[in-house]
Amino acid sequence: MSYDSKTWEVVIGLEVHCQLLTQTKIFSGAATAYGAAPNTQADAVTLGLPGVLPVLNKTALEYAVKFGLAVDAQIAQRCVFARKHYFYPDLPKGYQISQYELPIVHHGHLDIEIDGGVKRIGITRAHLEEDAGKSLHEGYSKQTGIDLNRAGTPLIEIVSEPDIRSAAEAVAYLKKLHQLVVYLGVCDGNMQEGSFRCDANVSVRRRGETKFGTRTETKNVNSFRYVEKAIEFEIERQIDVIESGGKVVQETRLFNPDSGETRSMRSKEDANDYRYFPDPDLLPVVVTTADIERIRATMPELPQAKKERFIAQYGLPAYDAGVLTGEQALAEYYEAVVATSNGDAKTCANWVITDLLGALNKLGKDISASPISAARLAGLIARIADKTISGKIAKEVFEAMLAGEGDADTIIKAKGLVQITDESAIVKAIEDVMAKNPQQVADYRGGKDKLFGFFVGQAMKATQGKANPDALNRLLKEKLAG
Amino acid sequence: MHTQSIAELSAGLKAKKFSSRELTAHYLKRIESFDKQLNSYITVTAEQALAQADAADARLAQGQGGALTGIPLAQKDIFCTTGVRTSCASKMLDSFIAPYDATIVSKLHDEAGMVMLGKCNMDEFAMGSSTETSWYGPTANPWDVTRVPGGSSGGSVAAVAAGLAPAATASDTGGSIRQPAALTNLTGIKPTYGRVSRYGMIAFASSLDQAGVVARSAEDAAYVLQAMSGFDPRDSTSIERPVDDLLAGLNGSIKGLKIGLPTEYFAKGMSAGVQQRVAEAIEVFKKLGAEVKEISLPNSPLSVPTYYVVAPAEASSNLARFDGVRYGHRAQDVKNLEELYKRSRGEGFGAEVQRRIMIGTYVLSHGYYDAYYLQAQKLRKLIYEDFKRAFAEVDLVLGPTATDVAFKLGEKSDDPVAMYLNDIYTIAANLAGIPAMSLSCGFVDGLPVGLQLMGNYFSEARLLNAAHQYQQVTDFHKQMPKAFV
Amino acid sequence: MSLTPDTIRQVAHLARLELKPEQVAHYSQQLSDIMTLVDQLSSVDTAGVEPMAHPLDMHQRLRSDVVSEPDQREQFQAIAPEVDNGLYLVPKVIE
Repeated sequence: MSYDSKTWEVVIGLEVHCQLLTQTKIFSGAATAYGAAPNTQADAVTLGLPGVLPVLNKTALEYAVKFGLAVDAQIAQRCVFARKHYFYPDLPKGYQISQYELPIVHHGHLDIEIDGGVKRIGITRAHLEEDAGKSLHEGYSKQTGIDLNRAGTPLIEIVSEPDIRSAAEAVAYLKKLHQLVVYLGVCDGNMQEGSFRCDANVSVRRRGETKFGTRTETKNVNSFRYVEKAIEFEIERQIDVIESGGKVVQETRLFNPDSGETRSMRSKEDANDYRYFPDPDLLPVVVTTADIERIRATMPELPQAKKERFIAQYGLPAYDAGVLTGEQALAEYYEAVVATSNGDAKTCANWVITDLLGALNKLGKDISASPISAARLAGLIARIADKTISGKIAKEVFEAMLAGEGDADTIIKAKGLVQITDESAIVKAIEDVMAKNPQQVADYRGGKDKLFGFFVGQAMKATQGKANPDALNRLLKEKLAG
Repeated sequence: MHTQSIAELSAGLKAKKFSSRELTAHYLKRIESFDKQLNSYITVTAEQALAQADAADARLAQGQGGALTGIPLAQKDIFCTTGVRTSCASKMLDSFIAPYDATIVSKLHDEAGMVMLGKCNMDEFAMGSSTETSWYGPTANPWDVTRVPGGSSGGSVAAVAAGLAPAATASDTGGSIRQPAALTNLTGIKPTYGRVSRYGMIAFASSLDQAGVVARSAEDAAYVLQAMSGFDPRDSTSIERPVDDLLAGLNGSIKGLKIGLPTEYFAKGMSAGVQQRVAEAIEVFKKLGAEVKEISLPNSPLSVPTYYVVAPAEASSNLARFDGVRYGHRAQDVKNLEELYKRSRGEGFGAEVQRRIMIGTYVLSHGYYDAYYLQAQKLRKLIYEDFKRAFAEVDLVLGPTATDVAFKLGEKSDDPVAMYLNDIYTIAANLAGIPAMSLSCGFVDGLPVGLQLMGNYFSEARLLNAAHQYQQVTDFHKQMPKAFV
Repeated sequence: MSLTPDTIRQVAHLARLELKPEQVAHYSQQLSDIMTLVDQLSSVDTAGVEPMAHPLDMHQRLRSDVVSEPDQREQFQAIAPEVDNGLYLVPKVIE
């Protein structure tokens, strides 16, 4: 943040377009799979052929309701689809079926954690609508190619209140929202493929002013980092404009990830008059209290509730609980490890967070593709708990498991890593070390306590690390004392 | 053969007096001989018709098939037909070969086994009351070829009235079945909104459009309407409710039937000749035992302005898809995208369609929505409530279909408001969504006059019963224009 | 309500209709006549009246989320004015 936040206040509202994870389009039975050959998923309804008619996808409606329940919103028991008109080649009918006056979800909120505190961001509304197709500019010099596969994919457009006051808050809100829709299973959250897209409305005003400044809308910023950069750029640009005596123009802008700048989209500046009116091909959608309760019963435990439960049930620090509940699959993995390992919950958390996530990160894999199953990690932790191996040896076993050498017991056996608990064997190792290092023994006995670590290291080395550390420490102390 | 009723034709086919191929060939020959004078067909599908006729004959030979199997039918060119140009009488769709069938097309041809003779002329995108706005030129009225057949289903009615098809499908957004039926001595019925699927019927105004049929009698209309009605999962506005048996009740007595005469329909506007014929028809109904009383539909005079907001608004939206990108007319040598849109649409749509698109765009645009669109929706509610009150008192509402007999070709074609007022009696039924029909009640100077019956929701059987009973004691509907006998 | 030639041009632009200059004047006259007819609507007091969008007092039916439409690109593009490699082509769109 390089602007003077004592002078300037930033006001941000976000509009998030979230593709719903349905098999078919919102108003027709064409598939919605990503990456199909151009226009092979554009059926008659998607193409807007004459005479064809829309019929609403039940799952799309249920997903919107699910989202609404998750953000503690009102679910409209009667909502209406409206047509939004504009001409664009990726919009086949000349109108987008959306919701205008009566959206399915309204008056919700999402709590974000920022600067160690919690801030509530209002969600004005979330409405159902159809996605547009794609315009492809590459490969043609004077023409544009139109692929309508994406057209008609169900979306919810989630509109926040202008409650966000910084780029960091915007990113925190987006991440929280992203986590939520993925948790709910209503969106795959894939930002590269455009499943979760954000438009940012940004304005600035001098502190103390009660009226909002003129806002700009920056379109389709498709990663959390870009959102942050685009908003920061926009804040500084607007402040510059005002400070140099100019006025911010209300307009649509496009973020360029290469330059980190936003620029005006002149093509969208054609004074829009969308001529909304209720779509006469569709009837009012009625959602009864019974429907809502039926959908509520299918809701998974949400991230915030899960995090709180992890803190209470497993005694984890908030940070660990937050990391482990960041993704549904990770939380499930962790709970499976705790349940089967007999290990301490915090030890399990350390293994999952530090070792497993660290390794997955290096491999570029996510938890669902982990080469070590929860059962195997639990098996490893169980061997530490029953003192078959030390924590140090366990790291070696973990590496072997990662390399696909089998479960913990197989590896421990194959590599002969079982911990030495036979005290006579440990004593023998200690005596050998002392015999080889008479000077150090003398120094230790003369008061150089720090040399204790040296003897631990040497004795461990002599037992290939297999000595039980507690026994080794105790016996070493006895022997050195003379 | 072309003077026989559908029941007679069906019996003839079943008794092997003639084959469907012979019957179809007969109609195709008549089309060839007579349609140059009328221009009632845009496309004649002779080869396909004969193939369908052969298939029907094969079914009939095996003792299969229903009442309509092998009976020819003409389709209004607003219904999509696979592999056959579906133009909606517009240059915009001159090149449009539909890749699918409208639901009613599959019901009538695939299921019921009717034979499609071709696609009938109409006002462009069904916008008009005279069939003069067609890109393929006007259709003439067989009763006087210097006059219009009405519209928008002018091709359908001209073909049936001249014996170039036993019956034809049609569509009605503000009177497009009833007014042309009235002007050509036919029986035409627009069922309850949602009773017949709109899937594959090119949309004009979605909340008003309803498909129906024009035929030479109530009985013929009942046969065809029966086969085209029913729930369609592909149309969200289609009604999930069993279809009444429209034929079973035709012969029932109408003694005690309560008929309402709306004061507003008889107040002014009708020509003296039409008034006379309608008055005579009322007497016939009385003789049949009906009880006639005066009722009021106080908001009906506002149905025309209400309609000319709602229909153009929906049309401007429905016709936005015709942009020259995926199908239809595309302007050549355009410099940019905006020019592609503007020239494709400027060249592809005729004047009446352009007028309605502009009216619709205007009334929906920023700052005018409440004054026009919302106000029209409120008026629509008041018009609906008028009917609700009326049907608490009476079973049917009776009045004229049109103010006068058929007018001359060209007489009103450059005066949109005069043309719009043609629909003054028919529009209210579309706004309310109730079923309504027109049947012939005589002639003025040799030109047919239509009588309109309107009923409560889902009262198609009752309407057809009343019309059939009337046709049992009158013979206007049996008369054919002399030049086409 | 009279629709001036300027209004006609604006509306025609919104509706993407190319009008020739002589059409503008003609439409201005005709559309003004039509709007005069329509203006009768304002004479009615509709305070408290629920707007009616649809003749049916029904609600929206829902479709199961099951793929029912196969790939028909070939048939659909057979009637398209200009396609290449499965894409519909339009003059260059500038963003």
